Amino acid sequence: MALLEVRNLEVRFPLRGGELTALRDLSFSLNQGERLGIVGESGAGKSVAAFAILNLVSRPGYISAGSVLFEGRDLASLAPEQLRSIRGNRIAMIFQDPMMTLNPVLTIGTQMVECLQAHREISDKEAREIAVSKLRSVSIPAPAARMDQYPHELSGGMRQRVVIAIALLTEPSVIIADEPTTALDVTIQAEIMELLLELCENNNVALLLITHDLGVVSQVTQRTIVMYAGRIVEEGATRSIIDNPWHPYTHGLIDALPERTHRGQRLNQIPGMMPSLSAIPEGCAFHPRCEHMTELCQTQIPGYTLRDERRVACHWVEKQGESR
Amino acid sequence: MTRYWQLFRDSAFLYRFKRDKVAIVSFAVLVILVMLSFCAPLIAPFDPYDPTQIDIMDSDIPPVWQAEGDPRFRLGTDAQGRDMLSTMLYGTRISIIIGLFAVLLQSLLGIALGLVAGYFGGRIDSFLMRLADIQLSFSTLMVAIVVLAVFQASFGTELYNELAIFMLIMVIGIAEWPQYARTVRASVLAEKKKEYVDAVRVIGLHPRRIMFRHILPNTLSPILVISTVQVANAIMSEAALSFLGLGMPVNKPSLGSLINSGFEYILSGSWWITTFPALLLVVLVLVINLLGDWMRDVLNPKLYKD
Repeated sequence: MALLEVRNLEVRFPLRGGELTALRDLSFSLNQGERLGIVGESGAGKSVAAFAILNLVSRPGYISAGSVLFEGRDLASLAPEQLRSIRGNRIAMIFQDPMMTLNPVLTIGTQMVECLQAHREISDKEAREIAVSKLRSVSIPAPAARMDQYPHELSGGMRQRVVIAIALLTEPSVIIADEPTTALDVTIQAEIMELLLELCENNNVALLLITHDLGVVSQVTQRTIVMYAGRIVEEGATRSIIDNPWHPYTHGLIDALPERTHRGQRLNQIPGMMPSLSAIPEGCAFHPRCEHMTELCQTQIPGYTLRDERRVACHWVEKQGESR
Repeated sequence: MTRYWQLFRDSAFLYRFKRDKVAIVSFAVLVILVMLSFCAPLIAPFDPYDPTQIDIMDSDIPPVWQAEGDPRFRLGTDAQGRDMLSTMLYGTRISIIIGLFAVLLQSLLGIALGLVAGYFGGRIDSFLMRLADIQLSFSTLMVAIVVLAVFQASFGTELYNELAIFMLIMVIGIAEWPQYARTVRASVLAEKKKEYVDAVRVIGLHPRRIMFRHILPNTLSPILVISTVQVANAIMSEAALSFLGLGMPVNKPSLGSLINSGFEYILSGSWWITTFPALLLVVLVLVINLLGDWMRDVLNPKLYKD
């Protein structure tokens, strides 16, 4: 059985003049120790998906359909207390901006001890010892001294290490990392990604990596999900998706990587923009930007085509498969 | 401990304080006034609460520098023969106590309700804020006058005189909670959107803990600023009520009741009974307000003037 299973998840935001559907029919599963990437442009619903998994969609949004099963239990049906004992404890989350995710007025130590004591009955001294050892495990120099420092006394890279250490405190079985390196320098990015990868491998932690960086995804993850306008358009093993993308959108994303162009040549890009959630085109959401668009794409939402342990939502791919 | 002292010594707060003459003078005056009034039993030449020390024959003696002055009473005496200096010291103590405790009560009520309103939002927020609007539409003095007058009428003056200090704290404290609630709510709304709140929610902390331990410390600077202003306001409210005869009784005068008791004699030549307590009140309120203004400037990161 999968550790984390998301089934037909749908998230809506009621707004004046109608509801927006930020996430539609999201289904995937994550096994113990597996590393899964979720890729997409800004506004594709990646972060909403992360919060929806923890049942923490910010108001006025709400989960309108579907379920999230963690170790076979439906998170939506749990009482707030039970849910809190899973959040942070069994499923931890790392956010984009380490400048913002640590409370500026509390010391690192206070925040770590608090997190531990929220989930376990242990003394301050024990909690501090565990916290120091976690800080050491993310290669923070002089971890004991850091405990009494405030977040502003650390650099961005250090802070993200602290955030990772906090996520690891309770030895979770899943870490959701929402663009963990976006706010960091390029040199630090690689270090942090490597650290995260190493920690996940050593502790057999499943990682759900949300990013817009295909390069990071290809280095870290085993499987990849590509999202567009709140929906999964392609899913499969990372290697095969990168080497041989099926969906025209994935194709465009990979073509847009700077490595794919020659020196002096203009960078490739996908024409047009991701539609706003309030104006998602009928049929396939990607059809106005797609080079393989047909009449069918304008009217009918494509279902998933399953083939070779991959799935893709595209009429064009479906037809190609038939003719093959 | 030494680390916190070190942090304080290196802080911008102290640095800015040391460079602001108004702040230094105000703070010094405030400290002196507070020390003097709280040491009143030790330093005051007379005990105004002790009837055996009061001689009606000593009444209406002007300050020493006037012709009929008596060296025993440096600032003269009032109509009952009490030494003005001693009575003022004791009165200042009462005024400051009422101001501080009224603000403590205000802040406890206001911060708790403001946090809840801001954090939970929705119906709770609307309900609490409408309640605050209703409370604010009655002026503090009006509420206080009604409550205190009704209490005096129904339980008699004697019981009232005994409980006056608690009644004043309660009335001023409860009447002004919306000031805190609104300020705190506004800061909470801003803080709530920051990522660290999402982060602690993801960690699985209880909402109570998130509110009090994570959001509240981040809203402290506006709370500090309104607290100073509110102490000054509470002292003023108390003085106004006492002046109207609804505050502290004559045998345990606060600054306001002293001003009131001397007011009848001001035109018959005994100007000192009203003037000295009034000056003291003005100075006290002024220095607190000046400190509040200074603190507002320092704690506002958008306002960096040299």
